[in-house]
Amino acid sequence: MGGAILEKLNEEGLQKVAFKERLTLLGLTLPYLIFVAALIIIPVGWLFYLSFIGRDGGFSFENYERMTKSRAYIRIFITTFKISILTTLICAIIGYPLAYFMSQLSRRWASICMIGVLIPFWTSLLVRTYAWLVLLQKKGLINNIALDIGLISEPIKFVHNTTGTLIGMVHIMLPFLILPLYANMRSIDKDCLKAASSLGATPTRAFWTVFFPLSLPGLTAGLLIVFVLCLGFYVTPAILGGGARNHGSDENFQ
Amino acid sequence: MTDSSLNISIKNVTKTYDKFYALKDISLEISSGEFMTLLGPSGSGKTTLLMVLAGFTNPDYGSVKFGEDEVILKPPHLRGIGMVFQNYALFPHMSVEQNVGYPQKLRGVSVADTNRSVQEALETVKLAGLGHRGVDELSGGQKQRVALARAIVFKPKILLMDEPLSALDKKLREEMQIELRQLHDTLNMTTVYVTHDQKEALTMSDRITVINDGELMQLGTPNEIYEHPNNHFIADFIGESSLLPVSVKKGLVFFDGAEIKISTPVKNDGDFILVVRPEKAFITSENSDNVNIFAGIVLDSIFQGESQLLVIKLNSMSKDEVILRVRVPNGSVTQVALPAVGQDVKIGLRVADSYLVS
Amino acid sequence: MGFLNKNVSETQIRLKDRLWLYIFSYIALFLLIVPSMVVIPMSFSASQYLEFPPKEWSLRWYENYFFSWKVENGFNDWMQATWTSVKVAVLTIIVAVPVGTMAAYGLVNGNSRISKMLFPIFISPMMVPSILVAIGLFYFFVQLKLVGSVLGLVLGHSLVAMPLVLIIVFSALKNYDMNQEKVARSLGATRFRAFREITLPQIKFSIVSSALIAFLTSFDEVIISLFVAGGDNSTITRSMFLALRDQIDPTIAAISTILIIISSGLLIIMQIIGTKENKS
Repeated sequence: MGGAILEKLNEEGLQKVAFKERLTLLGLTLPYLIFVAALIIIPVGWLFYLSFIGRDGGFSFENYERMTKSRAYIRIFITTFKISILTTLICAIIGYPLAYFMSQLSRRWASICMIGVLIPFWTSLLVRTYAWLVLLQKKGLINNIALDIGLISEPIKFVHNTTGTLIGMVHIMLPFLILPLYANMRSIDKDCLKAASSLGATPTRAFWTVFFPLSLPGLTAGLLIVFVLCLGFYVTPAILGGGARNHGSDENFQ
Repeated sequence: MTDSSLNISIKNVTKTYDKFYALKDISLEISSGEFMTLLGPSGSGKTTLLMVLAGFTNPDYGSVKFGEDEVILKPPHLRGIGMVFQNYALFPHMSVEQNVGYPQKLRGVSVADTNRSVQEALETVKLAGLGHRGVDELSGGQKQRVALARAIVFKPKILLMDEPLSALDKKLREEMQIELRQLHDTLNMTTVYVTHDQKEALTMSDRITVINDGELMQLGTPNEIYEHPNNHFIADFIGESSLLPVSVKKGLVFFDGAEIKISTPVKNDGDFILVVRPEKAFITSENSDNVNIFAGIVLDSIFQGESQLLVIKLNSMSKDEVILRVRVPNGSVTQVALPAVGQDVKIGLRVADSYLVS
Repeated sequence: MGFLNKNVSETQIRLKDRLWLYIFSYIALFLLIVPSMVVIPMSFSASQYLEFPPKEWSLRWYENYFFSWKVENGFNDWMQATWTSVKVAVLTIIVAVPVGTMAAYGLVNGNSRISKMLFPIFISPMMVPSILVAIGLFYFFVQLKLVGSVLGLVLGHSLVAMPLVLIIVFSALKNYDMNQEKVARSLGATRFRAFREITLPQIKFSIVSSALIAFLTSFDEVIISLFVAGGDNSTITRSMFLALRDQIDPTIAAISTILIIISSGLLIIMQIIGTKENKS
């Protein structure tokens, strides 16, 4: 070659081939992309845009001002956050031990327990909410049993308030926490724990210094999913919390 | 011979990923019926080059001709090559026969002809009678044979293989190396074989192309590559050579201040590397004209079955340790007593075996 | 009580030390499964009121569901709502499964940098709270006059079902050895033919699973249906929701029972399919 101008053989044709290949693969994702763009990005973006349009049709923060000044809106926001945080916390307190328990079982038993998590996951949200309504109402199963065994003398009001909303939401959100957490715990190398105990850690110490930190990514993912879903949750608060109208996303509907 | 195989002509093939060269201006002629091995460490670009031949990787520019036919712009399915992958890639939802017959089905060959060619291919790879088996019922070696039968059933003129033996254990691998070579000699198709195993390359190939960092380092017969590596990298990569730093002044070669003699003189002055193959060096006590002598101390002595490997630290004034490995065959008639660890020894290397690389 | 001293973990914890965890976990699992099941006996009650256990048994609420009548709020009858739901769910499969599968194939084989960028966008319908999606869709569909139409429902439901299809098919393709498709192409198959004859038969169980999940997602979807459905095209879940907001109609227990049976049935089918695919 020495010094001769390097001829770039077939460069143009090869670029065309590469371009066509990329286009084919991108083309396959195109229908999906159009779907998401048309039905999520445009509508939600438009809502966002509308939120900055004042009564006179010009750009303003009017809507946000109105929101921050209105006691009702602020109360709704606080309630929404309060319920979402509470639900997330309760889910963590119940879900973490349960996921841990399942991760320690043999694969077979774990998959049997998994059915217990998956059945509610795949049962209609409405059905589950309705079931809680049946259980929790004034003349419902729980009040009846408690009355019968003399635990209480008067029925407790569970529904149409925060308690009902919380119970229903925890029940619905729990699988969303357990699934990522369990997957994470399963992938933790058991030899790490063996190593810790061989180095003299008590089981409790081994758990807190080795297992727990390793399970944090799964826990964080689960908590995040639950919290975000709670903020936008509508159905259960509307039915179990109903009347009290205490959830922000419910108010959106009005 | 020309009707059963084609020559391959690769010209200026270059492939970059961002600024990184995966292949740098590779030009290479592979003759019709040749067994050519692309050898290099992992990430060297050898598999990329094979994928360019197969049509799965588009280079930035360059030309690939099969015979007279420019194929670089053709999609893989029109190139008419047989291909064997590293992990066999057998179709698990098909039986052995269906796997092997698949290329014929794609070509619209009649059922009778397909069956005949499938039986023939299975016989060639010594799997006759296993046609009805499912793919999961096969051992690793058998899977490899099915993959091979599938690649040759339509009598392609070019066969590409991407590390086909790397998943097999050592003994089976060595058997298959010989079988593959015999198969190539019977069928006589042009074969391009990718491997990172230098021993495999030396055993099987007509010629070897050594590739590193996307560049063609050396092209030659196994013997040439082994005996006369043309640079430091190949000397190090092929065999278990020890590399001794030497300097050349006015045509004279010095190691650690002492003059040594070499087989082929070098023209220019500067720093060079003396390549010492462990089996070429020997323990000696007498000085001789056509032998270079190095003195050192035994650091380690390792039993390796058929031979003993001595690791020797050479006496040297430089601050870097210079290590020389010497292989002494066990149980040979002329065996000298093995020196103990810590003992001073003299190592001889015949002038004819003293070879410099830059 | 020797079994209490059995080791139950890698770090020599004995069963008796862990007893609280076992009891806690079984109670938690019980509370996860059982509450939904109370609707089953309730649905066979003869009473207007929701007593538990029912004093008298009857099929009147099933009759009410199958052979009647107006939903109390007066949109349309239960059977029509069910028919709409089934229609929409089947159409959702037809839209979401091909679109999701194509996208999954494109993402797995395409430029990895672009794929990494697209993936979060593609699963955004799962991440954005569905109430927001629903409101956005509502405003958008008002402009397009799609509110109250089957098409609007199918588009909305496909939107939420597609990420599930994408994730399932994507992970199936990730586990699949793409070299097989390459082999087929080198042996003379076009890319499309290699996909159809080599890849597709090996991921078909995942695709069927994703179709079942798409069906279930659409069938159970409430919020988008609330906003987008209307007129003659109410879905079963929408009618249930509207009925529930005001009173507790035991017909809903009957419908709930049927829904539980459908989803458990589909879940079992998917489990069976899953073990089959793992075997092959």
